[in-house]
Amino acid sequence: MPDYKVLPAGDTALIVEFGEGIDRKISQRVLALARSLNAAGIGGIIETVPTFRSLMVYYDPLVLPPQSLAARIDESIRGLRLAEVAGRAWRLPVCYDAALAPDLEDVAARTGLSVAQVVERHSAVDYHVYMLGFLPGQAYMGDVPRELNLARHETPRPRIPAGSLAIAMAMTCIFPLVTPCGWHLIGRSPIPLWDAHGPGGALLAPGDRVTFTPVSMREYENLLVKAIEGTLKILPTEGLGAAA
Amino acid sequence: MKEAKTPALRVLSPGLLTTLQDLGREGYQHLGIPVSGALDPMSLRAANALVGNPLGSGALEIAVVGPTLAIDADEVRMAFVGAQAAIEILPDVTASAGTLIGSNESIRLRRGDIVRIGALRNATTLYVAVEGGFDVAPALGSVSTYIRGGLGGFAGRALASGDRLPLVRNSATERDEYRLDGLDLGLPKRFRVIAGPQSDYFSETARAKFFGGEYTIVGSDRMGMRLDGPKIEHLRGYNITSDAIAPGSIQVPGNGKPIVLLADRQTTGGYPKIATVISADLPALGRLPIGAKLSFEPVSIETAVEARRQMLAEIETIEDRIVPLVPEATDVAPRLFDNNLISGIIDGKIDEQGRVA
Repeated sequence: MPDYKVLPAGDTALIVEFGEGIDRKISQRVLALARSLNAAGIGGIIETVPTFRSLMVYYDPLVLPPQSLAARIDESIRGLRLAEVAGRAWRLPVCYDAALAPDLEDVAARTGLSVAQVVERHSAVDYHVYMLGFLPGQAYMGDVPRELNLARHETPRPRIPAGSLAIAMAMTCIFPLVTPCGWHLIGRSPIPLWDAHGPGGALLAPGDRVTFTPVSMREYENLLVKAIEGTLKILPTEGLGAAA
Repeated sequence: MKEAKTPALRVLSPGLLTTLQDLGREGYQHLGIPVSGALDPMSLRAANALVGNPLGSGALEIAVVGPTLAIDADEVRMAFVGAQAAIEILPDVTASAGTLIGSNESIRLRRGDIVRIGALRNATTLYVAVEGGFDVAPALGSVSTYIRGGLGGFAGRALASGDRLPLVRNSATERDEYRLDGLDLGLPKRFRVIAGPQSDYFSETARAKFFGGEYTIVGSDRMGMRLDGPKIEHLRGYNITSDAIAPGSIQVPGNGKPIVLLADRQTTGGYPKIATVISADLPALGRLPIGAKLSFEPVSIETAVEARRQMLAEIETIEDRIVPLVPEATDVAPRLFDNNLISGIIDGKIDEQGRVA
């Protein structure tokens, strides 16, 4: 019995599902399969989309029949090298100032921690980018320390500002655009994760690693001005494209 | 006399939501960037064919109410394919009434002519192609507009009054005008789907209800259409760990009312999906207006692949379905409003299942 499921999503996409939850081991397999299929350059595969627990494989069934694709996937999974392939590493400045963090005190109250402890714990983690989705450039990063895990607000806010740093359950996100949102807002980042005029649009990619560097309000504002002017260059600290 | 300005269509009024679209951008969904592209790619191709463009070129997609455009080029050959609408040519901005022209044909317009497109009547989209295409740089491989991300199209947004949409050509090639002949662009009521991917989130009873039921479109935009009809209960909650969303995915949120996801759908989502509309039926799905009724018929993947093969064969024949207009019809003569119809709708060539061929 294979330990994965292949589910059809119409006639031009197959989902390769490794599990149902959010789990680093599942994510590793998802990302490894994406790398393997992308590297193989199989004719008929259009693109792959990694998610927390599955890989979506878009294909043209007239070029690559579904049975042949399933066979290629099976072959890839058998040969999967799970050795942690390091994605790029990033250090992103975020500002936890109360003026930019409408839920920070509430998060502290709910978790029984001080505001300083919430900030310290949230910024102490080397986060893993599980997937991008919901908005262009929006990276779902985990895992948030257990003591900070909170369910989403029952009633989402109708609009949150672009750059909002938020947590919900074991995930943390910087929301790249103004959007409705039910997550807990604990800060703001000046770094545009999505730039429609940038070469690839999105800054982060699935499999990247991210740490947050707390900055003052003053520093946040300086960086934001540079970001708006287009003079802010953020490079990964490790991996492809890293600053020398 | 030639003006120094680049050839363009000047937007006098933008319509409700007029965007530049092509066949969409592939290869960026892993970064959260939707595919976008025409809701009805078959009509987009037909419009391009009428003006002699590569079939997948960028064209204007008009939704609900059309724009008013002034010709700021010596000549422009245009074609309109899709919903029925009053398409008028006015000699200048002060004219109160113009000459009604037909859709599904090409027409040659001159500097200063004004094209006024009214409310779309039977379908939700109408495509406007220009000979030579729009002079807009592709973003991530496509000129499709993704408004939410400010990407592609004209300045990453829908058209606005005062925009000058640049054209590649300043004049039309010397040739006859053409019309579409026998391409079915109908509005079927039955759509074929492949069950799943989350069939196991629904009981057999719920699935039977879904496949047996008739639904009405109660809301729609480029992201998706909300349906009303038999309510679908979930077997084990309505939250799944987010996974990717294919075009035509039918997700069922907590209220049990299905949502069909279209071109600008978010790349991932956390509601279970009961079925996915097959690729061959997506262009027709993209035509259905609010208020239309539809139902879903489960088919095998083999049937879906065969239907896709037929659709591609149909696409390959589009250029053969372009025939010269009869000479007297090439004059921009007044026509009956009701002539402005899609042939596939009036002669009802589409079969019950909405098959394309």
